[in-house]
Amino acid sequence: MALNVWKYASPQTFYPLAGRLVPWFFTLAAVLAVVGLYIGFFVAPTDFQQGESYRIIFIHVPAAWMSMFLYIVMAFWCAVGMVFNTRLSFMMALAIAPTGAMFTFVALWTGSLWGKPTWGTWWVWDARLTSELILLFLYIGFMSLHAAIDDVRRADRAAGLLALVGAINVPIIYFSVKWWNTLHQGASVSLSRSPSMASTMLTAMLVMSLAAWMYAIAVSFVRVRAIILERESESDWVHELRSVAA
Amino acid sequence: MNTLGLAPALATVVRRDLILALRRRSDVLTTFFFFVIVVSLFPLGVGPEPATLRTIAPGVVWVAALLASMLALGRLFASDFSDGTLEQLVLTPQPLVLLVVAKVFAHWLVTGLPLVLIAPALGLQFDLPAPALGVMTAALLLGTPCLSLIGAIGAALTLGVRGADALLAVLVLPLYIPVLIFGAGAVSASAAGMAVTGHLSLLGAFLLIALVLGPLAAAAALRIALE
Repeated sequence: MALNVWKYASPQTFYPLAGRLVPWFFTLAAVLAVVGLYIGFFVAPTDFQQGESYRIIFIHVPAAWMSMFLYIVMAFWCAVGMVFNTRLSFMMALAIAPTGAMFTFVALWTGSLWGKPTWGTWWVWDARLTSELILLFLYIGFMSLHAAIDDVRRADRAAGLLALVGAINVPIIYFSVKWWNTLHQGASVSLSRSPSMASTMLTAMLVMSLAAWMYAIAVSFVRVRAIILERESESDWVHELRSVAA
Repeated sequence: MNTLGLAPALATVVRRDLILALRRRSDVLTTFFFFVIVVSLFPLGVGPEPATLRTIAPGVVWVAALLASMLALGRLFASDFSDGTLEQLVLTPQPLVLLVVAKVFAHWLVTGLPLVLIAPALGLQFDLPAPALGVMTAALLLGTPCLSLIGAIGAALTLGVRGADALLAVLVLPLYIPVLIFGAGAVSASAAGMAVTGHLSLLGAFLLIALVLGPLAAAAALRIALE
């Protein structure tokens, strides 16, 4: 069976496809989250050093992974849009940005909740924390630039270029902060000294990451459908949609 | 129609921007005095103990330099954009990337270089030792062109956009962070008696990367703005 994926590069064909896929991804996300949380909270053993408070990593680590992964995906769609001039790519990037920012914020928030009992402080200027904070700034910059430009085509391309500049900068920023942190190493605690993880903990974390991933896809599809409707509101196929005409 | 060669064209752009800056001297001086005033505020806020001032001096001078160069970015392309000069520059046979380099260079000469020259005097106010003053000047000399080059991308992206100034800060300041870290780090290291070549080499590397990629991205952003 030859599936023509390019067909779905057009908003008109992607809109119903995304609509059909959204419930599946939401269901997958919910099931995986329930399984992951069950393993994380009932099966995984209590940590020898950190007690029960370590269990926040089942939210924290997936959120942190997704925050970085979604930035890469967003920059990828921007690059595709800049090169092939496809409308849907920019819509996808725009739809991903709020979810990425949300995961970045959750990672920071849960990180500080975990830091208080473990490190005794809400915040340390650790390399990972600092670069995660800067990643949040990059997401905010992307969304503010897009929101500030009224012309959609220009907004897409300008924000896309910014996302690409950010993508080049993220590793530079990460290593700068890392080196800065080792130079200034004071009382802060290193994450790398943590003991090796029990396999159930790792399983729970991976399942939760998959749940976060599926959730990100589902939410981005819902958002991209709204963006498609908004931008194509003048076109005939939108007016022929039953949900819109009703 | 006779066209200029590449080098004379670039020289013309630099010369034109310098003349324009000289005719509007107050713009240039505002950036300069902003830098001096922000740096001078810190002893008033933190207290006059020389030991504290010596510790915070590198960070204060660098953060003030970041803010000052960011404030100046608004003038890099905005007036050329509003009077249509920018459109003409894009239409010239010369590559836009090199014209951007010329514009950024002229901009740095009038907004970045004065900060580098006055910084040692401000460092003296913070009781920095002489070797650290030298390192600070060298670091600023490498770092401020980076700021102008990175900032040019943000300036081009926000051309003619609602609330451009605040937006520019949100876009550009996170990208300045590596320069801040190693610029201030070099001065701190020197004040602590450690080697500074690593910091300065990295700043030089940032400058080279920014010199290659910054104008490319800024030129692309200008084309998007003028579409």
